Amino acid sequence: MSSTQTKSNPPKLLVIGVGNEFRNDDSVGINIARRLRKLNISAIQIIEDTGDGAKLIEKWKDQDVVVVVDAASSGSEPGMIYRFDAVKQKMPTNFFNYSSHNFSVAEAVEMSRTLNQLPKRLVVYGIEGKDFAQGNSVTSPVKKAAEYVIDLIVEEFRTKHSSVHHSH
Amino acid sequence: MSKLPAKIVKVDYLARVEGEGGLFIRVKDNEVKDVKFRIFEPPRFFEAFMRGRDYSEAPDITARICGICPVAYQMSSSQAMEDAFGVQVDGQLRTLRRLLYCGEWIESHALHVYMLHAPDFLGYEDAIQIASKYPEIVKRGLEIKKIGNELMTIVGGREIHPINPRVGGFHRTPLERELKPMIEKLKWALNASLETVKWTSTFNFPDFEYDYEFVSLRHPEEYPITGGRLVSNKGLDISVQDYEKHFQEIHFEHANALHSEHIGVGPYHVGPLARYSLNFDKLSSKTQKAAREAGLGKQCFNPFKSIIVRSVELAYACEESIRIIEQYKRPEKSFIEIKPKQGTGYGCTEAPRGILYHRYRLANDGTILEAKIVPPTSQNQKTIETDLYHFVKKNISLPEDKLTWQCEQAVRNYDPCISCATHFLKLEIEHE
Repeated sequence: MSSTQTKSNPPKLLVIGVGNEFRNDDSVGINIARRLRKLNISAIQIIEDTGDGAKLIEKWKDQDVVVVVDAASSGSEPGMIYRFDAVKQKMPTNFFNYSSHNFSVAEAVEMSRTLNQLPKRLVVYGIEGKDFAQGNSVTSPVKKAAEYVIDLIVEEFRTKHSSVHHSH
Repeated sequence: MSKLPAKIVKVDYLARVEGEGGLFIRVKDNEVKDVKFRIFEPPRFFEAFMRGRDYSEAPDITARICGICPVAYQMSSSQAMEDAFGVQVDGQLRTLRRLLYCGEWIESHALHVYMLHAPDFLGYEDAIQIASKYPEIVKRGLEIKKIGNELMTIVGGREIHPINPRVGGFHRTPLERELKPMIEKLKWALNASLETVKWTSTFNFPDFEYDYEFVSLRHPEEYPITGGRLVSNKGLDISVQDYEKHFQEIHFEHANALHSEHIGVGPYHVGPLARYSLNFDKLSSKTQKAAREAGLGKQCFNPFKSIIVRSVELAYACEESIRIIEQYKRPEKSFIEIKPKQGTGYGCTEAPRGILYHRYRLANDGTILEAKIVPPTSQNQKTIETDLYHFVKKNISLPEDKLTWQCEQAVRNYDPCISCATHFLKLEIEHE
C-alpha cells in the first residue's frame, strides 16, 4: 500500500476473538471480542469466530492489522499469556496431525504464510486455559489474563496504528 | 493497565480443545489382539439438556453439537418435531433446506478432501506442505469451501451455526436476487470439484476392501440428503420411524460414546461410501460419468477411496445447488405454522459423515420430555475398529511408523467428527 493510498483509505484493522462460548475457558477469545466491542473503537472491526482455519484465512487476508485472541492448552500455568508476532515468527504446528477434521489458528497462520495471504501485521494472543469442559464459566486466572490482554490489544493499536500508515 | 497475572512467554502451540479420542492397538507375537477406537467425549449430555426445553429450541441447541455439520442437527431435529406434530414441509421450503444442506456438504467435503485427507495420500505431514508445493491446488480447495460457506450464509443467516432454520421452515427465506449471484460461483465450484475427482483418483490406494453393510437413506427421486427410507446392501428397507427396532447403541468401557450396531447383524457403515454405493443411480449423469472416469464402480468397498467418493459428492452438491437456485421462487410464507401436540417424532438426514438420527417425545404444549440423538461417528465407531483390526492384520509386517501412519489414515477415511465425537487422535501400538 502506498502512503498516498493510505491517506485516502484508512488501514483495515481487525480483531478476531476465537473460541467456543460453551466450553468454559475456551470462550475467552469470544469474551474479549465482546468486551472490546463495548469500548466502541469505531476504526476497528471486531468479529467472533469458532476458529475454523479456512475461514480465518479468508477473514484476515485483505486486512492491514489483525489481532487474534484464542485460548491455549499447552499444559502450562492457567492464565499464562502467549504473544506471537505472526508475520515475523513461525507458529509451531506440531499437533496438526492429530486434528481429525479441522485446522486451527496456528495452522491457518502457516497456511496463509505459505500462500502469501498473511495480513500486513498479525498478532496472535493465546491465553492458557484450565477448564475446557462444557459450560459457560471462565476460571479466575483466565479472567484476569483476559483483562490484561484487552489492555494489550488497545495498546497494540494505539502504538502500531501509525506504522501501518507509513510502513508501506 | 491491569496488573500482570502471569508472565508472557512464547507458545509451543495453540490448540482448540473440544474433545478427545484415541486409538489403541495391541499386537502379540505378530497377531492383532485388540483394537480400540476410543472416544472420550460423547454428545450425550445434549439429550439431557433437551429435557424440559420447548420443541422450537431443538434446532438451535442441537446445532451446537457440531461446528462442521450444524445443518444436519437442525434438519434432523426439525423433521422429528414436524413428524410429531403431523406437519409436512414441502415445495420450495423443502428445496431450500436441501440447498442449505448442499452448502454444508460443500464446505465439509472440501475441507476434508483438501486439508485433512489428501496429505495422507501425498505423503505430506499436512496441507501446509501441499500448499508449499502445489499452492494452486490448495487455493482451489479453500475457494470451493468458501463458496459452500457463502451459500450457508445466504440461506442460513451465518456460515456456522445458522440462525435462520426453524421447525416448519425458515425465519426468513432469501430473495431470488440474493441467491442468483451464487450460480456463477457454483459453476466454477462444480468444475473445480470435477477436477478434484480427477486429482484424487490419481492417488495410490491401499489394496483393502471389506464386505460392509452400508446403511443410508434412499429417496425415490433424489440422491439422499434430507430424507427417504433407511436401506442397506444387506436387505434392510425400513422407515426412519423404525430405526430403533433395527439399530441399538451399546456402551463399551473404553469409549464414552456409544457404539451402534445393526441388531443381530453387527457393525454397519454410514457416510459417503454407503450413500454412494446405495444411490449411484440417483447421481446426475455428469457426476456418474466423473465417478466412472475416476475408476469407481457403482459400489465402492475400499474405505481409502472415500476421498474420491467425497469429491464426487462435492461435485453433486455444487450441481444440485445450481439446479435449485435456477428454479427457486421465493415462497409466500417462510414457515408452516406449528400447533404442538403430545407425541413422538422421528427425523433422519444425511450429515456429511452419514445418517444422523433424532427422536423426541413431546408433551401437549411441545415441551421435550425425552430426546435421543445418534450421530454418524458413533454409528461408524465399531466399523472403524473392524477396519483397523483387518487392516493391521493384513499389514502387520509394515514398519511401525508406516503402519501407524496408515492406521491414522484408515481412521481419517471416516472423518470422525470433532464436536460430535472426538478431536485429537492419539495412536498407541503396544507390542507384547
